[in-house]
Amino acid sequence: MTDIAAVPTPAIATSSAGDWLTLLKPRVVVLVVFTGLVGLLVAPGHLHPVLAFTAVLCIAVAAGAAGAINMWYDRDIDALMRRTSRRPIPAGRIDAGEALGFGVALAVGSVLVMWLVTNTLAATILAVSIGFYVFVYTMWLKRRTPQNIVIGGAAGAFPALIGWAAVTGDIQTLPVLLFLIVFAWTPPHFWALSLWASADYERVGVPMLPVVAGARSTRRHILAYTVVLVALSLSPWALHLTGTTYGLSAAVLGAGFLIGAVLVLRDRQDATGVSLTNDQPAKKLFRFSLYYLFVLFAALAVDRLVG
Amino acid sequence: MASKPPVAEPESDAALIRRRRGRNIATLVVLVALVVLFYAIAMVKMAQTGSLT
Repeated sequence: MTDIAAVPTPAIATSSAGDWLTLLKPRVVVLVVFTGLVGLLVAPGHLHPVLAFTAVLCIAVAAGAAGAINMWYDRDIDALMRRTSRRPIPAGRIDAGEALGFGVALAVGSVLVMWLVTNTLAATILAVSIGFYVFVYTMWLKRRTPQNIVIGGAAGAFPALIGWAAVTGDIQTLPVLLFLIVFAWTPPHFWALSLWASADYERVGVPMLPVVAGARSTRRHILAYTVVLVALSLSPWALHLTGTTYGLSAAVLGAGFLIGAVLVLRDRQDATGVSLTNDQPAKKLFRFSLYYLFVLFAALAVDRLVG
Repeated sequence: MASKPPVAEPESDAALIRRRRGRNIATLVVLVALVVLFYAIAMVKMAQTGSLT
Protein backbone atom coordinates (compact mmCIF):
# COMPACT_ATOMS: atom_id res chain seq x y z
CA MET A 1 0.00 0.00 0.00
CA THR A 2 1.30 3.43 -0.90
CA ASP A 3 2.25 5.65 1.96
CA ILE A 4 0.50 8.86 0.98
CA ALA A 5 2.64 10.93 3.30
CA ALA A 6 5.74 9.73 1.46
CA VAL A 7 4.50 10.82 -1.95
CA PRO A 8 6.28 14.04 -2.88
CA THR A 9 4.02 17.05 -3.13
CA PRO A 10 3.65 18.04 -6.76
CA ALA A 11 5.07 21.40 -7.70
CA ILE A 12 1.62 22.67 -8.65
CA ALA A 13 0.47 22.30 -5.05
CA THR A 14 2.88 25.05 -4.02
CA SER A 15 1.75 27.57 -6.62
CA SER A 16 -0.36 30.53 -5.61
CA ALA A 17 -2.99 32.37 -7.63
CA GLY A 18 -0.38 35.08 -8.07
CA ASP A 19 1.97 32.61 -9.77
CA TRP A 20 -0.66 31.83 -12.40
CA LEU A 21 -1.24 35.53 -12.87
CA THR A 22 2.51 36.05 -13.29
CA LEU A 23 2.44 33.52 -16.15
CA LEU A 24 0.25 35.99 -18.05
CA LYS A 25 2.93 38.74 -17.96
CA PRO A 26 0.49 41.34 -16.56
CA ARG A 27 2.82 44.32 -17.18
CA VAL A 28 2.92 43.59 -20.91
CA VAL A 29 -0.83 42.99 -20.93
CA VAL A 30 -1.51 46.50 -19.57
CA LEU A 31 0.06 48.12 -22.63
CA VAL A 32 -1.66 45.71 -25.00
CA VAL A 33 -5.05 46.33 -23.39
CA PHE A 34 -4.59 50.08 -23.62
CA THR A 35 -3.71 50.13 -27.33
CA GLY A 36 -6.52 47.67 -28.04
CA LEU A 37 -8.98 49.83 -26.11
CA VAL A 38 -7.93 52.95 -28.02
CA GLY A 39 -8.28 51.09 -31.33
CA LEU A 40 -11.80 50.18 -30.26
CA LEU A 41 -12.67 53.71 -29.08
CA VAL A 42 -11.48 55.54 -32.19
CA ALA A 43 -13.16 53.17 -34.65
CA PRO A 44 -16.29 54.52 -36.33
CA GLY A 45 -19.44 52.76 -35.31
CA HIS A 46 -20.84 51.41 -32.06
CA LEU A 47 -20.24 48.29 -30.06
CA HIS A 48 -22.42 47.53 -27.03
CA PRO A 49 -20.41 48.22 -23.83
CA VAL A 50 -20.72 44.59 -22.69
CA LEU A 51 -19.37 43.34 -26.03
CA ALA A 52 -16.66 46.02 -26.07
CA PHE A 53 -15.57 45.02 -22.56
CA THR A 54 -15.51 41.38 -23.62
CA ALA A 55 -13.48 42.19 -26.74
CA VAL A 56 -10.86 44.03 -24.66
CA LEU A 57 -10.88 41.16 -22.15
CA CYS A 58 -10.24 38.72 -25.02
CA ILE A 59 -7.28 40.83 -26.18
CA ALA A 60 -5.89 40.82 -22.62
CA VAL A 61 -6.39 37.08 -22.14
CA ALA A 62 -4.89 36.28 -25.55
CA ALA A 63 -1.81 38.38 -24.77
CA GLY A 64 -1.52 36.64 -21.40
CA ALA A 65 -1.91 33.23 -23.04
CA ALA A 66 0.88 34.02 -25.50
CA GLY A 67 3.00 35.11 -22.53
CA ALA A 68 2.33 31.84 -20.70
CA ILE A 69 3.29 29.77 -23.75
CA ASN A 70 6.40 31.94 -24.13
CA MET A 71 7.35 31.20 -20.51
CA TRP A 72 6.81 27.49 -21.13
CA TYR A 73 9.07 27.51 -24.21
CA ASP A 74 11.75 29.74 -22.68
CA ARG A 75 11.90 27.95 -19.33
CA ASP A 76 15.43 26.68 -20.07
CA ILE A 77 16.94 30.12 -20.58
CA ASP A 78 14.66 31.77 -18.00
CA ALA A 79 16.26 29.53 -15.37
CA LEU A 80 19.70 30.91 -16.25
CA MET A 81 18.86 34.61 -16.36
CA ARG A 82 18.78 36.63 -13.15
CA ARG A 83 15.77 38.69 -14.27
CA THR A 84 13.65 35.62 -15.04
CA SER A 85 14.97 32.85 -12.78
CA ARG A 86 12.25 33.51 -10.20
CA ARG A 87 9.42 33.07 -12.67
CA PRO A 88 6.95 30.33 -11.63
CA ILE A 89 8.20 27.60 -14.03
CA PRO A 90 11.99 27.84 -13.50
CA ALA A 91 11.40 28.35 -9.77
CA GLY A 92 9.46 25.05 -9.71
CA ARG A 93 6.18 26.50 -8.47
CA ILE A 94 4.26 25.63 -11.66
CA ASP A 95 4.74 22.51 -13.76
CA ALA A 96 5.82 23.30 -17.35
CA GLY A 97 3.12 21.10 -18.88
CA GLU A 98 0.44 22.74 -16.76
CA ALA A 99 1.63 26.17 -17.89
CA LEU A 100 1.45 25.11 -21.54
CA GLY A 101 -2.05 23.71 -21.08
CA PHE A 102 -3.10 26.90 -19.29
CA GLY A 103 -1.74 29.06 -22.11
CA VAL A 104 -3.25 27.00 -24.93
CA ALA A 105 -6.66 26.84 -23.21
CA LEU A 106 -6.72 30.60 -22.70
CA ALA A 107 -5.55 31.24 -26.27
CA VAL A 108 -8.26 29.04 -27.82
CA GLY A 109 -10.90 30.37 -25.43
CA SER A 110 -10.08 34.03 -26.09
CA VAL A 111 -10.23 33.59 -29.88
CA LEU A 112 -13.52 31.68 -29.72
CA VAL A 113 -15.16 34.24 -27.42
CA MET A 114 -13.88 37.11 -29.59
CA TRP A 115 -15.44 35.40 -32.63
CA LEU A 116 -18.75 34.90 -30.79
CA VAL A 117 -19.06 38.47 -29.49
CA THR A 118 -17.61 40.48 -32.41
CA ASN A 119 -16.71 39.14 -35.85
CA THR A 120 -14.50 36.73 -37.79
CA LEU A 121 -11.91 39.34 -38.79
CA ALA A 122 -11.19 40.44 -35.20
CA ALA A 123 -10.95 36.81 -34.04
CA THR A 124 -8.67 35.93 -36.96
CA ILE A 125 -6.27 38.81 -36.25
CA LEU A 126 -6.31 37.85 -32.56
CA ALA A 127 -5.36 34.27 -33.49
CA VAL A 128 -2.64 35.53 -35.84
CA SER A 129 -1.20 37.78 -33.10
CA ILE A 130 -0.96 34.84 -30.68
CA GLY A 131 0.60 32.63 -33.37
CA PHE A 132 3.01 35.38 -34.36
CA TYR A 133 4.26 35.85 -30.79
CA VAL A 134 4.53 32.13 -30.06
CA PHE A 135 5.79 30.67 -33.34
CA VAL A 136 7.47 33.56 -35.17
CA TYR A 137 9.00 35.49 -32.24
CA THR A 138 9.45 32.97 -29.42
CA MET A 139 10.26 29.78 -31.32
CA TRP A 140 11.81 31.07 -34.53
CA LEU A 141 13.40 34.52 -34.23
CA LYS A 142 14.28 35.14 -30.59
CA ARG A 143 17.27 32.80 -30.43
CA ARG A 144 18.37 33.20 -34.07
CA THR A 145 18.64 36.84 -35.10
CA PRO A 146 19.39 40.23 -33.52
CA GLN A 147 16.41 41.51 -35.53
CA ASN A 148 14.16 39.35 -33.32
CA ILE A 149 12.54 42.31 -31.60
CA VAL A 150 12.00 44.19 -34.88
CA ILE A 151 9.93 41.48 -36.54
CA GLY A 152 8.59 39.97 -33.33
CA GLY A 153 7.41 43.40 -32.24
CA ALA A 154 4.55 43.04 -34.70
CA ALA A 155 2.86 40.74 -32.21
CA GLY A 156 2.47 43.63 -29.77
CA ALA A 157 1.27 45.94 -32.53
CA PHE A 158 -1.85 43.92 -33.40
CA PRO A 159 -4.20 44.97 -30.52
CA ALA A 160 -5.07 48.40 -31.96
CA LEU A 161 -5.95 46.65 -35.21
CA ILE A 162 -8.03 44.07 -33.34
CA GLY A 163 -9.88 46.74 -31.34
CA TRP A 164 -10.77 48.58 -34.54
CA ALA A 165 -11.83 45.39 -36.37
CA ALA A 166 -13.99 44.36 -33.41
CA VAL A 167 -16.16 47.45 -34.00
CA THR A 168 -16.10 47.82 -37.78
CA GLY A 169 -15.42 44.32 -39.09
CA ASP A 170 -12.91 45.80 -41.55
CA ILE A 171 -9.46 47.41 -41.68
CA GLN A 172 -8.80 50.98 -42.83
CA THR A 173 -5.79 53.29 -43.07
CA LEU A 174 -5.81 54.61 -39.48
CA PRO A 175 -5.62 51.23 -37.70
CA VAL A 176 -2.86 50.16 -40.09
CA LEU A 177 -0.93 53.32 -39.14
CA LEU A 178 -1.52 52.56 -35.44
CA PHE A 179 -0.13 49.08 -36.05
CA LEU A 180 2.95 50.58 -37.74
CA ILE A 181 3.46 53.12 -34.92
CA VAL A 182 3.61 50.38 -32.25
CA PHE A 183 5.71 48.25 -34.63
CA ALA A 184 8.28 51.08 -35.02
CA TRP A 185 8.12 51.96 -31.31
CA THR A 186 9.09 48.49 -30.10
CA PRO A 187 12.75 48.36 -31.28
CA PRO A 188 13.96 51.66 -29.75
CA HIS A 189 11.96 50.92 -26.59
CA PHE A 190 13.46 47.47 -26.18
CA TRP A 191 16.98 48.30 -27.40
CA ALA A 192 17.19 51.15 -24.85
CA LEU A 193 16.55 48.51 -22.19
CA SER A 194 18.94 46.00 -23.77
CA LEU A 195 21.82 48.52 -23.66
CA TRP A 196 22.12 48.03 -19.90
CA ALA A 197 20.38 44.66 -19.52
CA SER A 198 22.00 42.53 -22.21
CA ALA A 199 24.38 40.60 -19.92
CA ASP A 200 21.67 38.05 -19.12
CA TYR A 201 20.89 37.52 -22.80
CA GLU A 202 24.57 37.20 -23.62
CA ARG A 203 24.97 34.50 -20.98
CA VAL A 204 22.20 32.34 -22.49
CA GLY A 205 23.09 33.04 -26.13
CA VAL A 206 20.08 35.11 -27.14
CA PRO A 207 21.42 37.38 -29.92
CA MET A 208 20.18 40.76 -28.74
CA LEU A 209 21.52 43.63 -30.84
CA PRO A 210 24.05 44.97 -28.25
CA VAL A 211 25.40 41.43 -27.85
CA VAL A 212 25.84 40.82 -31.59
CA ALA A 213 26.49 44.27 -33.09
CA GLY A 214 27.76 46.15 -30.05
CA ALA A 215 26.47 49.10 -28.05
CA ARG A 216 27.59 51.74 -30.57
CA SER A 217 25.60 50.13 -33.41
CA THR A 218 22.60 49.71 -31.09
CA ARG A 219 22.65 53.46 -30.33
CA ARG A 220 22.55 54.22 -34.07
CA HIS A 221 19.72 51.74 -34.57
CA ILE A 222 17.73 53.39 -31.76
CA LEU A 223 18.02 56.80 -33.43
CA ALA A 224 17.17 55.44 -36.89
CA TYR A 225 14.03 53.68 -35.67
CA THR A 226 13.05 56.74 -33.64
CA VAL A 227 13.12 58.86 -36.81
CA VAL A 228 10.87 56.30 -38.52
CA LEU A 229 8.59 56.21 -35.47
CA VAL A 230 8.20 59.99 -35.33
CA ALA A 231 7.42 60.16 -39.05
CA LEU A 232 4.83 57.40 -38.70
CA SER A 233 3.28 58.98 -35.60
CA LEU A 234 2.72 62.23 -37.53
CA SER A 235 1.24 60.50 -40.58
CA PRO A 236 -2.36 60.16 -39.23
CA TRP A 237 -2.39 63.95 -38.76
CA ALA A 238 -0.73 64.60 -42.13
CA LEU A 239 -3.34 62.41 -43.82
CA HIS A 240 -6.17 64.30 -42.03
CA LEU A 241 -7.25 61.16 -40.22
CA THR A 242 -6.93 62.89 -36.84
CA GLY A 243 -7.26 66.40 -35.45
CA THR A 244 -4.97 68.97 -33.92
CA THR A 245 -4.98 67.45 -30.42
CA TYR A 246 -3.35 64.31 -31.73
CA GLY A 247 -1.08 66.13 -34.18
CA LEU A 248 0.38 68.49 -31.58
CA SER A 249 0.76 65.68 -29.07
CA ALA A 250 2.57 63.52 -31.63
CA ALA A 251 4.88 66.42 -32.55
CA VAL A 252 5.80 67.26 -28.95
CA LEU A 253 6.19 63.62 -27.89
CA GLY A 254 8.18 62.85 -31.04
CA ALA A 255 10.55 65.74 -30.34
CA GLY A 256 11.08 64.37 -26.85
CA PHE A 257 11.77 60.87 -28.18
CA LEU A 258 14.22 62.23 -30.77
CA ILE A 259 16.09 64.26 -28.16
CA GLY A 260 16.28 61.19 -25.93
CA ALA A 261 17.62 59.05 -28.80
CA VAL A 262 20.26 61.67 -29.65
CA LEU A 263 21.32 61.78 -25.99
CA VAL A 264 21.67 57.98 -26.01
CA LEU A 265 23.82 58.22 -29.15
CA ARG A 266 25.99 60.96 -27.61
CA ASP A 267 26.26 59.35 -24.18
CA ARG A 268 29.83 59.31 -22.84
CA GLN A 269 31.18 55.92 -23.86
CA ASP A 270 34.34 53.91 -24.34
CA ALA A 271 35.80 52.77 -27.67
CA THR A 272 33.26 49.93 -27.97
CA GLY A 273 30.30 52.18 -27.23
CA VAL A 274 29.75 50.96 -23.66
CA SER A 275 28.39 53.77 -21.50
CA LEU A 276 30.59 55.53 -18.93
CA THR A 277 27.51 57.05 -17.26
CA ASN A 278 25.85 53.79 -16.20
CA ASP A 279 23.57 54.17 -19.25
CA GLN A 280 21.60 57.02 -17.68
CA PRO A 281 20.37 58.38 -21.07
CA ALA A 282 19.23 54.89 -22.15
CA LYS A 283 17.40 54.36 -18.87
CA LYS A 284 15.66 57.73 -19.26
CA LEU A 285 14.73 56.91 -22.86
CA PHE A 286 13.29 53.54 -21.83
CA ARG A 287 11.06 55.17 -19.21
CA PHE A 288 10.08 57.96 -21.61
CA SER A 289 9.17 55.44 -24.33
CA LEU A 290 6.57 53.88 -22.04
CA TYR A 291 4.96 57.25 -21.30
CA TYR A 292 5.27 58.13 -25.00
CA LEU A 293 3.04 55.31 -26.20
CA PHE A 294 0.46 55.76 -23.45
CA VAL A 295 0.17 59.53 -23.97
CA LEU A 296 0.20 59.25 -27.78
CA PHE A 297 -2.67 56.76 -27.80
CA ALA A 298 -4.52 58.68 -25.08
CA ALA A 299 -4.20 61.83 -27.22
CA LEU A 300 -5.68 59.91 -30.16
CA ALA A 301 -8.64 58.78 -28.06
CA VAL A 302 -9.21 62.32 -26.73
CA ASP A 303 -8.89 63.72 -30.25
CA ARG A 304 -11.57 61.36 -31.55
CA LEU A 305 -13.93 61.63 -28.59
CA VAL A 306 -13.70 65.43 -28.27
CA GLY A 307 -13.18 66.36 -31.90
CA MET B 1 10.64 21.92 31.16
CA ALA B 2 8.41 21.33 28.18
CA SER B 3 10.14 21.60 24.83
CA LYS B 4 8.88 24.14 22.33
CA PRO B 5 6.66 22.63 19.65
CA PRO B 6 8.25 22.40 16.23
CA VAL B 7 7.21 25.40 14.19
CA ALA B 8 8.77 24.77 10.79
CA GLU B 9 6.41 22.03 9.60
CA PRO B 10 3.14 23.62 10.79
CA GLU B 11 4.19 26.94 9.23
CA SER B 12 5.00 25.18 5.99
CA ASP B 13 1.67 23.35 6.00
CA ALA B 14 -0.18 26.51 6.86
CA ALA B 15 1.47 28.33 3.97
CA LEU B 16 0.57 25.48 1.64
CA ILE B 17 -3.04 25.50 2.77
CA ARG B 18 -3.18 29.29 2.49
CA ARG B 19 -1.87 29.20 -1.09
CA ARG B 20 -4.26 26.41 -2.03
CA ARG B 21 -7.19 28.30 -0.52
CA GLY B 22 -6.12 31.42 -2.41
CA ARG B 23 -6.06 29.46 -5.66
CA ASN B 24 -9.48 27.99 -4.96
CA ILE B 25 -10.99 31.37 -4.18
CA ALA B 26 -9.41 32.87 -7.33
CA THR B 27 -10.85 30.01 -9.41
CA LEU B 28 -14.29 30.59 -7.87
CA VAL B 29 -14.13 34.32 -8.58
CA VAL B 30 -13.09 33.69 -12.20
CA LEU B 31 -15.86 31.11 -12.74
CA VAL B 32 -18.56 33.35 -11.23
CA ALA B 33 -17.29 36.29 -13.31
CA LEU B 34 -17.46 34.15 -16.45
CA VAL B 35 -21.03 33.07 -15.65
CA VAL B 36 -22.07 36.72 -15.21
CA LEU B 37 -20.20 37.76 -18.37
CA PHE B 38 -21.70 35.03 -20.55
CA TYR B 39 -25.15 35.78 -19.19
CA ALA B 40 -24.69 39.47 -20.07
CA ILE B 41 -23.35 38.59 -23.55
CA ALA B 42 -26.32 36.31 -24.17
CA MET B 43 -28.78 39.04 -23.12
CA VAL B 44 -27.12 41.64 -25.37
CA LYS B 45 -26.94 39.30 -28.36
CA MET B 46 -30.57 38.25 -27.92
CA ALA B 47 -31.65 41.88 -27.64
CA GLN B 48 -29.70 42.78 -30.78
CA THR B 49 -31.28 39.97 -32.79
CA GLY B 50 -34.74 40.69 -31.41
CA SER B 51 -35.02 37.32 -29.69
CA LEU B 52 -36.17 38.97 -26.46
CA THR B 53 -39.23 40.64 -27.99
